[in-house]
Amino acid sequence: MTHTIEKSQADTPGPETQAMLEVQGLNGWYGESHVLHDVNLTVNKGEVVTLLGRNGAGKTTTLKAIMGLLKSRSGSIRFNGTELIDLPARDIARLGIGYVPDDRGIFGSLSVLENLLLPPKVADGGFDLPAIYELFPNLEERLDSYGNKLSGGEQQMLSIARILRTGALFVLMDEPTEGLAPVIIHQIGHTVRRLKKAGFTILLVEQNFHFARELADRHYIVQEGKVVDQFRNDEIADNLEKIQGYLGI
Amino acid sequence: MFELLGIPPQALFGQVLLGLINGSFYAVLSLGLAVIFGLLNIINFAHGALYMMGAFVSWMLLTYLGIPFWFALVISPLVVGALGMVIERTMLRPLHELDHLYSLLLTFGLTLVITGVFQNFYGVSGKPYPIPAALTGVMNLGFMFLPIYRGFIIVMAVIVCFATWFLIEKTRLGSYLRAATENPEMVSAFGINVPLLVTLTYGFGVALSAFAGVLAAPVYSVNPVMGNDLIIVVFAVIVIGGMGSIMGAIIGGFSLGLVEGLTKVFYPEASTTIIFIIMALVLLFKPSGIFGREV
Ligand SMILES: Nc1ncnc2c1ncn2[C@@H]1O[C@H](COP(=O)(O)OP(=O)(O)OP(=O)(O)O)[C@@H](O)[C@H]1O
Ligand SMILES: [Mg+2]
Repeated sequence: MTHTIEKSQADTPGPETQAMLEVQGLNGWYGESHVLHDVNLTVNKGEVVTLLGRNGAGKTTTLKAIMGLLKSRSGSIRFNGTELIDLPARDIARLGIGYVPDDRGIFGSLSVLENLLLPPKVADGGFDLPAIYELFPNLEERLDSYGNKLSGGEQQMLSIARILRTGALFVLMDEPTEGLAPVIIHQIGHTVRRLKKAGFTILLVEQNFHFARELADRHYIVQEGKVVDQFRNDEIADNLEKIQGYLGI
Repeated sequence: MFELLGIPPQALFGQVLLGLINGSFYAVLSLGLAVIFGLLNIINFAHGALYMMGAFVSWMLLTYLGIPFWFALVISPLVVGALGMVIERTMLRPLHELDHLYSLLLTFGLTLVITGVFQNFYGVSGKPYPIPAALTGVMNLGFMFLPIYRGFIIVMAVIVCFATWFLIEKTRLGSYLRAATENPEMVSAFGINVPLLVTLTYGFGVALSAFAGVLAAPVYSVNPVMGNDLIIVVFAVIVIGGMGSIMGAIIGGFSLGLVEGLTKVFYPEASTTIIFIIMALVLLFKPSGIFGREV
């Protein structure tokens, strides 16, 4: 079976665009339960792309499948030309993909500094510690605290910060704003923009549509384990009702 | 001479010393169990048999190859640790997805197999292992005479416990281990080879038990069942200290050895059961163990 990505005007690659991640016909299962159905999506180098969708649509599962954390998956996931579908998570990470999970994945029994230093470097050119502290000043003050003593916002920052050290230039972020106060959401938005400027490519899962539309270049709508629609950010205004319908807002 | 509750000080110090020596073995063995339990979440029932193998390998090195104690102290843990890694790769890993009861049963079965094989070749009578020449004799501490080898056991146990604690709590490798204990999936998503970490950890825990076995060879007789009784006490120690707790294993091991020794002085009838009484009390009042984290 071959799958073609539906190419709307939204992502017709111009000469300057270069697909970093190409997901084609991705299927995924939790045990017997078939959760992802032929997911297709592309993320080009330097883009911020979101996955939008209601609760239980399959956004987190899509990120897990890309990261190699979903045991049962099929189809094709190409990252810079390398097929990931049969690779274990550790090899996928080594190719330069950073993962910021929905539960933030902070190790409660490790200090902030240990959390920061935990992910091994996978490529040259990652942020050094001073650059990270500049981006997240609150973390520097809490280096000796244990992960489980941090506030939700601090955990989120730490979860992003520790990826930046590794040199991974492609980041999967799962709902980084969930449950956080507006000032912190603002700070995370600022961080994502800084990262984009620094050349990072980001696939972002969001429920917070307003947050997403201020940052992203393109959006995919996920529904019942399928990508059902996509929009460039500048098409949002014209399709607002449709999108709100998809998201139920 | 002063007397304490009618106990002559020589007897008291003698039992304290014996308690500390037993405690040294409890500490090193329960430390290995704790390290393994932390990451693999299994109770390594084979620990006592592997401790026995550590002593036997040391005895074989000396008897068949003329390799002395000091080299055995390094070689035997390496050999038995390597065997542990093979056991993990070939037998424990396939059970990883199943209920932990299966791994417990497997390691229990391994205990019987290993013990049986050694009994088949060496019988049940003990093999003597001489105290290394440099460590024979006694030292006069003023208040008592300390057999030098016994002091050596305590010193080595303290060093190994501290080194292990340092490795786990203060190094990068240790932070991988602690992180993988908490959330192995996340650790693998950073590019760390968790299955390799698991194998190394099991091998390390087993090597610790073999190290204890080498230390034990000159003081206890080297025989196929030498680990059997010991391991039951050690299980009680890790329950008291807190399953998987490094500090609990170390402090629990030494102090319970001491408690046992003191009980021998003051109420000898209870000396073999005191640890189990404490275990029952801990399970009643703090089921996660004295140093265990509440879940
Ligand atoms: N571990 C699991 N085992 C079985 N089913 C699961 C598991 N995790 C998620 N699911 C199911 O898979 C489907 C997709 O879930 P997923 O977490 O990917 O949704 P999501 O889009 O991330 O939702 P949310 O916005 O709530 O985070 C849902 O129906 C969910 O119930
Ligand atoms: Mg989700």
